[in-house]
Amino acid sequence: MTKLHIETTINGEPVEFLCDAHETLLSALRNGLGLTGTKEGCATGDCGACSVLLDNRLVPACLVLAPEAHGRAVTTIEGLSRGDALHPLQRKFLEHAALQCGVCTPGFIVAAKALLDANPNPSEEETRYWLAGNLCRCTGYDKIIRAVLDTAAEMKGTPA
Amino acid sequence: MSAPRDFTYVGTRPIRHDGVDKVTGRASYGADVTWPGMLHGFVLRSPHAHARIVSIDTSAAEAMPGVQAVITGKDLPETTATIALGEAAIDLRDIGDNVIARTKVLYDGHAVAAVAATTLDIARRAAETIAVVYDVLEPVMSVDRAIAADAPILHPAMRTKGAPAASAAEATNVASRLELKRGDVEAGFADADVVVEREFRTPMVHQGYIEPHACIARCGEDGRAVVWCTTQGPFVVRDACAAIAGLDPAHVKVIPSEIGGGFGGKIVVYLEPLAVALSRKAQRPVKMVMGRDEVFRATGPTSGSKVRVKFGAKRDGTLVAASASLWYEAGAYSGSPAGAGAMCALAAYKVPNFFIEAYDVVVNKPKVAAYRAPGSPIAAFAVESVVDEIARELRIDPIELRLKNANAEGDRAPYGPKYGPIGLTQVLEAARSHPHWRAPLGANQGRGVAVGFWFNAGMNSSATVTVNADGSAAVVTGNPDIGGTRAAQAMMVAEELGIPIERVRSSVGDTDSSGYTDVTGGSRVCYATGMAVIRAAEDAREQLRARAATIWNVSRDAVVWNGGRAIPPEGTENAKPLTVAELAAKMTHTGGPVVGRASLYAPMAGPAFGAHICDLEVDPDTGCSRVVRYTVFQDVGRAVHPSYVEGQMQGGAAQGIGWALNEGYVYSADGVLQNAGFLDYRMPVASDLPMIETVIVEVANPLHPYGVRGVGEVPIVPPLAAVANAMRGATGIRFTELPLSPPRVLEGIEAAAAVPVQV
Repeated sequence: MTKLHIETTINGEPVEFLCDAHETLLSALRNGLGLTGTKEGCATGDCGACSVLLDNRLVPACLVLAPEAHGRAVTTIEGLSRGDALHPLQRKFLEHAALQCGVCTPGFIVAAKALLDANPNPSEEETRYWLAGNLCRCTGYDKIIRAVLDTAAEMKGTPA
Repeated sequence: MSAPRDFTYVGTRPIRHDGVDKVTGRASYGADVTWPGMLHGFVLRSPHAHARIVSIDTSAAEAMPGVQAVITGKDLPETTATIALGEAAIDLRDIGDNVIARTKVLYDGHAVAAVAATTLDIARRAAETIAVVYDVLEPVMSVDRAIAADAPILHPAMRTKGAPAASAAEATNVASRLELKRGDVEAGFADADVVVEREFRTPMVHQGYIEPHACIARCGEDGRAVVWCTTQGPFVVRDACAAIAGLDPAHVKVIPSEIGGGFGGKIVVYLEPLAVALSRKAQRPVKMVMGRDEVFRATGPTSGSKVRVKFGAKRDGTLVAASASLWYEAGAYSGSPAGAGAMCALAAYKVPNFFIEAYDVVVNKPKVAAYRAPGSPIAAFAVESVVDEIARELRIDPIELRLKNANAEGDRAPYGPKYGPIGLTQVLEAARSHPHWRAPLGANQGRGVAVGFWFNAGMNSSATVTVNADGSAAVVTGNPDIGGTRAAQAMMVAEELGIPIERVRSSVGDTDSSGYTDVTGGSRVCYATGMAVIRAAEDAREQLRARAATIWNVSRDAVVWNGGRAIPPEGTENAKPLTVAELAAKMTHTGGPVVGRASLYAPMAGPAFGAHICDLEVDPDTGCSRVVRYTVFQDVGRAVHPSYVEGQMQGGAAQGIGWALNEGYVYSADGVLQNAGFLDYRMPVASDLPMIETVIVEVANPLHPYGVRGVGEVPIVPPLAAVANAMRGATGIRFTELPLSPPRVLEGIEAAAAVPVQV
C-alpha cells in the first residue's frame, strides 16, 4: 500500500508524516507522531477524549482522516501550555480538582478552549451543552464546569 | 482511639502531585507507550452467545505476511490455581476460560483466538481469516430462563453451593445460594399494621471508564515477562498472568500505567495473559488495546437482577419485619455480588425479624466484575423504594421514618457484627436540616430520598518513605492512583514528618519496587494504604529521632519530636532542636539512609452510609426526565483532601443517576449485545446534570489514626432509589424496573392515565 505524504502544522510547528489513506488523525498523532496526550476512548466520535482543533475548529480526531490535516493547522493538548506557563484552563482544572483519573482531561481542556475562543462569557448552561460531547465518568462534571466558568471569569479580566 | 488532633495538612486542598502531567497530556496511560520492535495484537471474538467450539483453523492467518503469532485456547493451559483478592479468592480456571474460550463460548464477544502482527491492520485482517466452526446452542439470557426446569445448562459440572440437600446434586445455572435471617419473620409480618411487597428488575450496566483496557507485554527467551498495563491491581495481574500463561510469578513484572478509570472493572485480567502468550510465541513485545465495543461486550459489567422485597411496619413507622429474595446475573461464570447485596440490603435498619436469600445465577452474558459497591446499589434500589412506599402509606416523612429505624453504634448489623461508630443518623439529620429538603418543587417535579451503605475494605497494604539528604521525602506504594490518592499520601507524610507537602514526592511503584499491596478498590487506598503510609512515615520519624539522640549522645526516649523537629532533653550541652532537613543532612554520618517502611493487613475497615436527595422534573408528554437538584450527604470519617472526597461523592452520584435513568445492556433474543457503544449506551453528559451539592459528615473511624473511612463506593448506592422515589413523586407511579428511560416512563404515564391511580 502506498503511503500518503502529509504536510501540516501541529501546535504551530511544521510537521510532515506518511500515512495510509484510511488512517485517522488520532492514529497519526498518537502512533506516528508520539502525541499521546490526545486519547482514544471510543473511536466513534462519542466521548470527546480525542478532541483537537483543526484550523481552530473543535473536532474529534478519531473522525478525521489524517490526510485531511494536509495544509491545515492542528492544535492538541500538547500545544496549550507555553514554556513553563500552563494555559489558564489547565491551571483552573488543577485548582478546582476538576479531574480524577485524568484520561478525559486533555479532551475537556481542548474543548473548553474552543468554547472560550468562541464565547468568552458562557453561561453554565452554554458550558454544559458545549461540553456535552465530552464524557467524564469520574467527576459528575460539577468541578469541570466550575473550572471552565472560573477560567472565563479570570480571562475576562486580562486582554486576550 | 487517640485524642482529636490538630492537623496541619489533613483537611486542606493542595494541588495534586500528578496534576500537571494530566492537564498537559504528558501522563502515560495504558495505550500510550510504544516499545522497540513492538507488534500489535488483535482478538477474534465469538459472534454467538452460547456455542460449542467444534474446530478452529488458524492456518490462513499464520501464513499471512506480517503475522508473527496466533494463539487459541490450546496455547494457554487450564489452571486450577486461585489467587487471593481480599476476603475472596479468584478462581483462575474461570478467569483463564474467560480470557480465551477453550471448549465453549459463553457470551457474545468471548475471545476465541488472538493474533500478533506487525501492524494492527494486518492483525485484524488475519483474525478475520480464522475459521471457527461453532455448534450453536440456545442462549440463556435472563434469570427467569436460567432457573427454568428446561433451561440449557452453561456449565455441566455446576451444582448450587448452599442449596438444600434435595437439589444439591442436580446440574444447574444457580451457582450458589446464601441465606441471612433473624427473629421470626412470619410473626413479624403478622404483627405489622402495613405490609408492602414489590418486585424489581435492573439490567446489566457497565462501569463505563473512559480508558479502554490496554497493555503491552514482552516475554523473553528466558521465560521472563514484563507487562505494562492499565489496572487497579498490578499484583493481581502478575499472579493471574503467571498462572494463566504458565509462568513463575517470580519471572513476571507488572508496571501499572496511569489508569483512566476503573470503578472495579480493571481488577481482573482480559488482555494481559493473551499479550504474554503472543509475545512468548513471537519473542517480541505485543501491544493490545480494546476498542470500545470490546469493552462493552467482553469485560465485566455488573449484574442484571430480579429482586423481591417485602417490608412490614407498625402504624408509628417502626419496621418489624422484612424479607428479600435477590437473583443476580453472574454472567458466564459464577461470581455475582448477590451475597454482598444480601448483606447490604438491610444494613441501614433495625429490623427484628428478617429473612434474606440471594442467588448467584449464570447467564450467557459477560462475566461480571466489581462495580463500585458491588451488589449494594441493586439491593438499595429495591429496599429504599419499598421503604419509601411504607412512608407514603403511613404518611410519615421519609427521612423521619428512616431516622426512626436507623442503625447506630452498638446495633448488630444484619450481616453479623456489631456496628462501631457509624454516621447514618448524622447523615439523615444533615439531610433533614438542609434547605434542599424543604425547598418548594415546581410543576411536574418530584423529590426522592434514599440511603446507601457499603462495608469498605481494609486488606493488605505496604508503603515505604525515604528521607532525602535535603530533608525532602519520597513515598512509594503499590496502589495505582485512580482519583488523587498520591496527593492524600503525600499529605499524610507531610503531616507525620512536619515537612511541606510540596517536598514529598508520591509515587506508584511496580510489582518489583513496591511491597505487596492489594488492589485499588473497596474504597481502601486512602484508608488502609494510607495507614501503611502513616506508619512508614512514623517509622522514618522514629529513625530521625534516634539520629538526633546519636548526635546528642542521649537516649532516644529522651528526645521529644514536636512540630517537625527533634527537641533535646533539657540540659544537653550544645544542643538545639533539629529539623528534618538538619537531621537528613547528617544521615550519612549517623547511620546511613533513613527509610521508613510499613506493611499491614487491615481485617476491617469502617462501614459508611450516605443519604441522597434528588429533585426530578418529568415531561409528561415525552417521559423524558431531568435531575434539577441533587444533594449528597455522606459520612467520610475524616476528609483528607476534601476536594477529592467531594469529587468521589459527585462522581458516584452521577454514575448512579445514569444507572437509574438511561443505562443498561440491551440484548437481542439470540444473545447479541445491541448497544456496545457510547452512542447507544447512554451515560450522563454535562448537559444532563445539575451541580451536585455535597455535605461532608465526619464521624471518626476509630480503626484509622486520622479517623478516615472509605469514600468512593457509598455514593453510587442511593441514587437508583433516590431517582425512582423522585419519579414516584413527580408522576404518582412506582416504577420497579430500570432504567427510567423516556419510553418506559411514557408507557407508565399512559398506562396510569388509562387507570386512575391513588397518589
